[in-house]
Amino acid sequence: MTATGANSLRNGPDEEGRFGLYGGRFVAETLMPLILDLEKAYRAAQADPEFQAEIRHLAKHYVGRPSPLYFAERMTEHLGGAKVYFKREELNHTGSHKINNTLGQILLARRMGKTRIIAETGAGQHGVATATVCAKFDLPCVVFMGATDVERQYPNVLRMKMLGAEVRPVTAGAGTLKDAMNEALRDWVTNVDTTYYLIGTAAGPHPYPEMVRNFQSVIGEEIKVQMQEIEGKLPDALVACVGGGSNAIGTFHAFLDEPSVKIYGAEAGGHGIDVENGHAASMTGGRPGVLHGNRTYLLQDADGQILEGHSISAGLDYPGVGPEHSYLHDTRRVTYVPITDNEALEAFQLCTRLEGIIPALESAHGLAEVMKLAPTMGKDETIVLCLSGRGDKDVESVGRYLGMNA
Amino acid sequence: MTTRIPARFAKCAAEGRPALGIFTMAGDPDFATGQSILDALPAAGADIIEFGMPFSDPMADGPGVQMAGQRALAAGQTLRKTLAMVEAFRSKDNDTPIVLMGYYNPIYIFGVEPFLAAAKAAGVDGLIVVDLPPEEDEELCIPALNAGLNFIRLTTPTTDDKRLPAVLKNTSGFVYYVSMTGITGATIKSHAAVGEAVRRIKHHTDLPVAVGFGIKTADDAASMGRDADGVVVGTAICNAVGNSLENGKATAGTVSAVTTLVAGLASGVKRAKAAA
Repeated sequence: MTATGANSLRNGPDEEGRFGLYGGRFVAETLMPLILDLEKAYRAAQADPEFQAEIRHLAKHYVGRPSPLYFAERMTEHLGGAKVYFKREELNHTGSHKINNTLGQILLARRMGKTRIIAETGAGQHGVATATVCAKFDLPCVVFMGATDVERQYPNVLRMKMLGAEVRPVTAGAGTLKDAMNEALRDWVTNVDTTYYLIGTAAGPHPYPEMVRNFQSVIGEEIKVQMQEIEGKLPDALVACVGGGSNAIGTFHAFLDEPSVKIYGAEAGGHGIDVENGHAASMTGGRPGVLHGNRTYLLQDADGQILEGHSISAGLDYPGVGPEHSYLHDTRRVTYVPITDNEALEAFQLCTRLEGIIPALESAHGLAEVMKLAPTMGKDETIVLCLSGRGDKDVESVGRYLGMNA
Repeated sequence: MTTRIPARFAKCAAEGRPALGIFTMAGDPDFATGQSILDALPAAGADIIEFGMPFSDPMADGPGVQMAGQRALAAGQTLRKTLAMVEAFRSKDNDTPIVLMGYYNPIYIFGVEPFLAAAKAAGVDGLIVVDLPPEEDEELCIPALNAGLNFIRLTTPTTDDKRLPAVLKNTSGFVYYVSMTGITGATIKSHAAVGEAVRRIKHHTDLPVAVGFGIKTADDAASMGRDADGVVVGTAICNAVGNSLENGKATAGTVSAVTTLVAGLASGVKRAKAAA
């Protein structure tokens, strides 16, 4: 924990892993000793300069950090308001921000002497980033992926297999990210001695939300330095997409105590938040509950049964959100807004045509919010989008939506 | 605070045998058949009933219990209906303990205090909530104890001697020993190791210890019951219901498939101590 000051928004979580009401350790007893061990190992690693140095070295030479902060000139002209910057996380090795986290956690898993890695994945970006570091460090890797997602993100399935990972399609439920996470938890509870569960987003039982946030916070820290270099000031607004919310919390965290910086999170509005079970906007369309080890905003029915949700983007198709986002939503430090499938598709095409950058459908949700905000802002103001991933994985499904023929 | 649970363990001990705990999913495969199954369990030989509260995301359960929960939810089961089934059961049986078993979210959404009041009024004796470790005792465990319900904790092979006192601290009614690291319905690797673990737990507590996860047959029940004060069978019951269905619907054989299985298991626990 880096923050100080009693009123800082960066103090969370507390010792019980709570961000206000949210977070916690809602897991089966079998897993409890494991997450206590993990927390101990993580604290030791945090305090170890060698661990930090190893991450920095690999972030530079293996991932390619720092990622550029790019002035999107034509997008800015087109929107006719604030200067639009992209934080180019899609240029990282493996094509998304996910590698920031998998690199940190794989080094931790090695320190803990674990010999087998499991992960869940939605869009496949986290699965690819996990399979990648497992290849590099020669550890066997099993990735759980919903059967629906296996189909709509097939290029990433092939990448994982080529990297040597075993991809296990999960047919339970609707076959999306939530079901993959259930199955990963069932595997973990069975293989407790050998296995490290490498969670891909800033959610799950404590200490995962804090740990993943810290590994991703490099995004916001770099933005702060880069904006100072380019513009000589802080950005006026930050935008990121929010599924579980790891790229968003990584982007936001360094700025939470900077009141001049407005912060926006774009949730998956799917067919629209008025459509029952037709979206995955857990904060704007759900309410607090307990799932996958933490209390957080969830899509659920009146009986507390979790809904599947819907998004065109496999990476945002999750009925929950990281607990720190729930806290930032309640405290209103961050404004969370729903973006529909169609708005995301429009942003996807605009970015591709205007900037020559094919964004991931997830990141296109963030861009759609930028398209709404920038025109309302002054030309001397700046807005930064975390372009969290590249869209190569999505070209097939977007082409189908747009009725393109080969 | 007295519930029906201590009396029932004492009765079984007096008969020189472990108690037979039977898990059945509330509302599986439908409300009416689920009620008939519940009502038939004591006569078939169940000493304690663990009544499953279906949840959409049962992270600690194997396919058998998962599918039972899905069938129940598809048939419209809710927590309110589950409590109504207990109430109906109590009008006929005031001695057999009922423990509700499931996950926290449906209870949290119902509201902890309203749920505890409704559960107590319906005749529930205890709760097993898989995703509430001692670290989260303030959520439900302490309020449940204050409301006069037992809170039964799971202990597992990963619960070492150092952690055991914390796990046992607010446990009441009995201790549920999970026979393996794994999900419900998996295979027990070593019966001897389970016996050893039960004896280890008994060093730390005077509460009865019941063993569950992976007990499927009368022979399993007999063997596991040698060291334990109770054995719990769940997945086999869910599978018996599942196998009795035609096109997903209950048949004339659904209730008897369960009662036949329970009667066999009851014969198993009766020879457990005799064989020791």
